[in-house]
Amino acid sequence: MKEVINLPVKNIEEEEYHINMGPQHPSTHGVLRLVVSLQGEIVKSLKPHCGYIHRGIEKMCEKDTYPQIIHLTDRMDYLSAHINNHAVCLLVEKALEVDVPERVKYIRTIVDELNRIASHQLWWCSFGMDMGGLTCFFYGLRDREKILDIFEESFGSRLLHSYYTPGGLMMDIHPNFQKGVKDFIKYFRKKIKDYDDLLTGNIIMQLRTKGVGIISKEDAISYGVTGPSGRASGFACDVRKHHPYGVYDKADFKEILGTAGDTFERYMMRMYEMRESMKILEQLIDNIPAGDYAAKMKAVIKLPAGEYFQRVEAARGELGVYVVSDGNKTPYRMKFRSPNFSNLSALDHISRGVKIADLVAIGGSLDYVIPDIDR
Amino acid sequence: MNFSIYDFTSFNQWIDQFLRSVMSPFWAIAVEMVIIGLAILLFYALVGLFLVYAERKVCAFMQNRVGPNRVGPYGFFQTIADFIKLMLKELITIKNADQLLFNLAPFIIIIASFMAIAAIPFAKGLHAIDFDIGILYVIAVSSLGVVGILLAGWSSNSKYSLIGAMRSGAQIISYELSVGLSLLTIIILAGTMQFSAIVEGQANGWFIFKGHIPAFIAFVVFLISSTAETNRGPFDLAEAESELTAGFHTEYSGIKFAFFFLAEYMNMFIVASIAATVFLGGWMAFHVSGWNGFNHIMDFIPPFVWYIGKTFFVIWIMMWFKWTFPRLRIDQLLTLEWKYLLPINLVNILIMAFVVLMGWHF
Repeated sequence: MKEVINLPVKNIEEEEYHINMGPQHPSTHGVLRLVVSLQGEIVKSLKPHCGYIHRGIEKMCEKDTYPQIIHLTDRMDYLSAHINNHAVCLLVEKALEVDVPERVKYIRTIVDELNRIASHQLWWCSFGMDMGGLTCFFYGLRDREKILDIFEESFGSRLLHSYYTPGGLMMDIHPNFQKGVKDFIKYFRKKIKDYDDLLTGNIIMQLRTKGVGIISKEDAISYGVTGPSGRASGFACDVRKHHPYGVYDKADFKEILGTAGDTFERYMMRMYEMRESMKILEQLIDNIPAGDYAAKMKAVIKLPAGEYFQRVEAARGELGVYVVSDGNKTPYRMKFRSPNFSNLSALDHISRGVKIADLVAIGGSLDYVIPDIDR
Repeated sequence: MNFSIYDFTSFNQWIDQFLRSVMSPFWAIAVEMVIIGLAILLFYALVGLFLVYAERKVCAFMQNRVGPNRVGPYGFFQTIADFIKLMLKELITIKNADQLLFNLAPFIIIIASFMAIAAIPFAKGLHAIDFDIGILYVIAVSSLGVVGILLAGWSSNSKYSLIGAMRSGAQIISYELSVGLSLLTIIILAGTMQFSAIVEGQANGWFIFKGHIPAFIAFVVFLISSTAETNRGPFDLAEAESELTAGFHTEYSGIKFAFFFLAEYMNMFIVASIAATVFLGGWMAFHVSGWNGFNHIMDFIPPFVWYIGKTFFVIWIMMWFKWTFPRLRIDQLLTLEWKYLLPINLVNILIMAFVVLMGWHF
């Protein structure tokens, strides 16, 4: 007679299984790996595994001079390259107590805002694609191209510009720059209505995003969720408003705060922010003062010994740069507080109990850029 | 022999008589079956290739792009080049996959769509078989495809595939109800399930006009639920490339993948054909009762052209859906069916029965 083997009986209904979302997955926007525990379609917990694109930028900074470091910061959040450069430039200028010309401040602010719009346009593309609406991708890229053309004309490159240098700019703006920006604003004010028609007003999109992936204000503060994602939860964290740099104190713009903190609110924050950025551009573009495009700097930049910190509002949140200098031409220690890393840390908390499709939408609304997380 | 593009009946009879005169009746029918099979196979391949090309051009049009324009004039041979590429690609076998089911699944899907095409009337006298329960047959056969999808997801030994297959199972079984009920609304009006009789019944006005509002509601419900049944956007949850990479056919490559790909487009063609036949008059020209001159002019357009035109109109609407809407979530998908479409459908059938009973239709 055959022996009866008693296998341990598992309740399949309650059993969790794991899937690897990434490192190669269409919705993680790069090489992020999320180990997701699922029960059926419902996400029980998830664990982000970072480091697939870790290049050791902070360590590399320790052997580079400050003008060289600028080029490395481009490669962190490549979609807001100008703003990353701005952070390091501001830090060096603060440490050396250099007074940069007014013209430089205006141009930097304008270029930052252009870069923010370009970044949000690409976010809109990829968010639409995460939701399953492929057409969004082409609409967004079409409009982003106009900004990249302006960049190419003035700074010679389209994605990684390294346009700012400590004390000023690499070169002056192209004579067509102002006209180009004004044309773009006129063009994009019309086209942003298409965005609303295609995705914002869509009933499927609203049903899928409202009330999903809620970050409360307390959670946003404790996880350090900043930028549009943090402001969607009502966390007033706009560095441009609270610690102004450049000429943001001269521009009239609103810091829009949300209340719901769900995926839809995070979506709307970025849509509002694109319009606010255009408002800032309109105010500044005609008032660029004449003058030098760079302050006189020493050939070898040496920061006095001590600790320095500077923060700027990058497209995805607050970017902090922390430097310990021992008086040499290279920093002793350099640390970047990247917005995406903090935003990603909240992902596990907010995506428990949602469905896989929602997880993808939440990821899209947090808008993470993987090279910025890993650095 | 008298061949006419307006009526294929005499042409078919001529072939039948010719074959019967040269061989025994058994062999005559066997040869006829082979001819029909080859004709359908050729038609199937041509429509598949053309639909893939059409989808690319339509989606390019929606997205401010040009679309394929390198291979041949207007990129017309792009799909043929793609097909050759897919034929030559390596068939990757998954290590722990259930080999038999894994290889069987693409065939089940393609056979299901192949069988459905047999009952569709393309023009007067141009259909492979004219069942008196044609609609029931098409509904029954087209739902066989879900077996292939489930098998593909199950046998791939991949979690992404399995999730996709399970979603698809829930989706297709639910939306089958709406498809059936919306067709039932028209069956009440037509009084028959036979495709040829349904088309003949629309000689003096298509059912979508004849049946007033209930027929129009049934048409909209049919469009929504048949889009869901063919796994196309915004109901493409089984594939959901941003969530499940490619859903149930993640692990397939080469010609097996091409089978899934082709079957998707053919299923779209089949549901569009049914929509055109049942609601928009099939190969019947656009007639308005009383306008004899107008009707006569409309009759000059060959039936086959009418049929293809209507079918591609419906296909174009389905492509428009896909490239405009974002994807639904699985619970919203089932809510839409069970809480909205099904009750609407049931009430709609009652209204239609009342309309037919009172003789209020045209």
